[in-house]
Amino acid sequence: MTDALKIENLRKTYDSGFEALKGIDLTVREGDFFALLGPNGAGKSTTLGIVCSLVNKTSGKVSVFGHDIDRDLSGAKMNLGVVPQEMNFNQFEKVIDIVVTQAGYYGIPAKRARVSAEYYLKELGLWDKRNEPARMLSGGMKRRLMIARALVHEPKLLILDEPTAGVDIELRRSMWTFLQEMNRRGTTIILTTHYLEEAEALCRNIAIIDHGSILQNTSTRDLLKQLSVETFLLDLSEPVSEAPELPDFDTRLVNEGQLEIDVRQGQNLNAAFSQLDAKGLRVVSMRTKANRLEELFLRMVQENSRKGDKA
Amino acid sequence: MSPDAKLTALSTIVVREVRRFTRIWPQTLLPPAVTMTLYFVIFGNLIGSRIGQMDGHDYMAFIVPGLIMMSVITSSYANVVSSFFSMKFQRSIEELLVSPVPNYIILAGYVAGGMARGLGVGLIVTVLSLGFTNLSLHHPAATVLTVALTSMLFSLGGFINAMLATKFDDISIVPTFVLTPLTYLGGVFYSIQLLPDFWRAVSMANPILYMVNAFRYGILGISDVNVGVSLSMIVLFIVILVVLCLRMLARGRGIRH
Repeated sequence: MTDALKIENLRKTYDSGFEALKGIDLTVREGDFFALLGPNGAGKSTTLGIVCSLVNKTSGKVSVFGHDIDRDLSGAKMNLGVVPQEMNFNQFEKVIDIVVTQAGYYGIPAKRARVSAEYYLKELGLWDKRNEPARMLSGGMKRRLMIARALVHEPKLLILDEPTAGVDIELRRSMWTFLQEMNRRGTTIILTTHYLEEAEALCRNIAIIDHGSILQNTSTRDLLKQLSVETFLLDLSEPVSEAPELPDFDTRLVNEGQLEIDVRQGQNLNAAFSQLDAKGLRVVSMRTKANRLEELFLRMVQENSRKGDKA
Repeated sequence: MSPDAKLTALSTIVVREVRRFTRIWPQTLLPPAVTMTLYFVIFGNLIGSRIGQMDGHDYMAFIVPGLIMMSVITSSYANVVSSFFSMKFQRSIEELLVSPVPNYIILAGYVAGGMARGLGVGLIVTVLSLGFTNLSLHHPAATVLTVALTSMLFSLGGFINAMLATKFDDISIVPTFVLTPLTYLGGVFYSIQLLPDFWRAVSMANPILYMVNAFRYGILGISDVNVGVSLSMIVLFIVILVVLCLRMLARGRGIRH
């Protein structure tokens, strides 16, 4: 299997002297659904900007499906579709014109471009809006328009920079389904997101970047294994006045009808339920207290910040 | 990209540019038609009838080539500077930057768009002028060549202005404080033979004087300057600006971080 994206020792120092990337290495395999996570200003958008040639790199190598951006930029770009974080289309142009024009930039003749545009606008629920100026679309529709525009030339690698930011839950879920389907059909997808639940639900591999360095680059499963304790919220059938003492688990009372319980790595929830049952407590529903990946992410970024402070 | 794909990309940019300025025709095509009609009525008819002849021609016939050229220059420049800067401002320029379109195709597309508007406006003004005077082409090839090269030159100028501009004020400074004075002082309304020696010499440093006179030569057969020199100067400036534009695009000046 080839590498969809290969980044070697990539550095970027802006004119202001700010070092946004400190020599990162990153490989995304063909067919992967990959998340690049990091706090604001970590270097995510700079990395993707260099890959898309919107940002000039200081040094390092980047190749897209084997096409080095220094030697064969055109070949690299042909394989790439980009959905940026901010709206970047002409608000006065019609939806269909925006998508067909983008296809033209890739050398696709107008007739074939219209067929492709129709397909993706229908897939993304925008076909009825095709003759409206883009400014008339809602925020969610504008995001979907940018996805249709990025896909119209059938790229092998799709890069999405926070595609669901500010999008309501229903639409976010439908976008997830669409992206999963695109990935199933063979499109390699890289996304950045602040919704870690999104990365956990969609992505097979995750890299965490902070202060211009990669902190972690592994599979989502291996990353989550690093989580030592998970906290669950349990809704009880009968109110209790204090948290029950269980032999193997730490518990805390949230309110008289809700309990918080820590489950360490190696423990299982069945044991917790048995011990609660022995105390006469019935659990009617349960959920995780915080997103698991979110906990890990925060821990890693905080540790990295502490290291930075010491240095 | 294959040559066919490049051609498709070029025609896509040109079609989008033409669609843009025709969509907003009350801002792009109507104003020069109204302004030039007023020039014809006031300077040509009312004042011109009292002036009499200039270089052996009616004053109206004398100013028409200059006024056509004036509208071609301002429209070509304005089209590229406003379109490209708007794309920068709205960040829709990124649509082009992430695509495989080579820089020289981007430049050619915008320049062709500027020329389409400049020459379109020139045609409108020419048709309007026929209501005021009879025009006959003394030298059709010189006329067409001069107007096309001038339109190309000022489209390139508009492109550089748009690349360097960081705010909307920056795209109006050159047209207001450079292009307009140079055009008015470029022999549109008078022959530089009327000027004292000193001001005639100063006028010779104005590049627009050469374009107006070359165009006037094509239509009326008269010129204050050598037409061959005029055309050579325009071509030289075009080459210089093309090199500048391509260098700026390669560096991503004002469009890439």
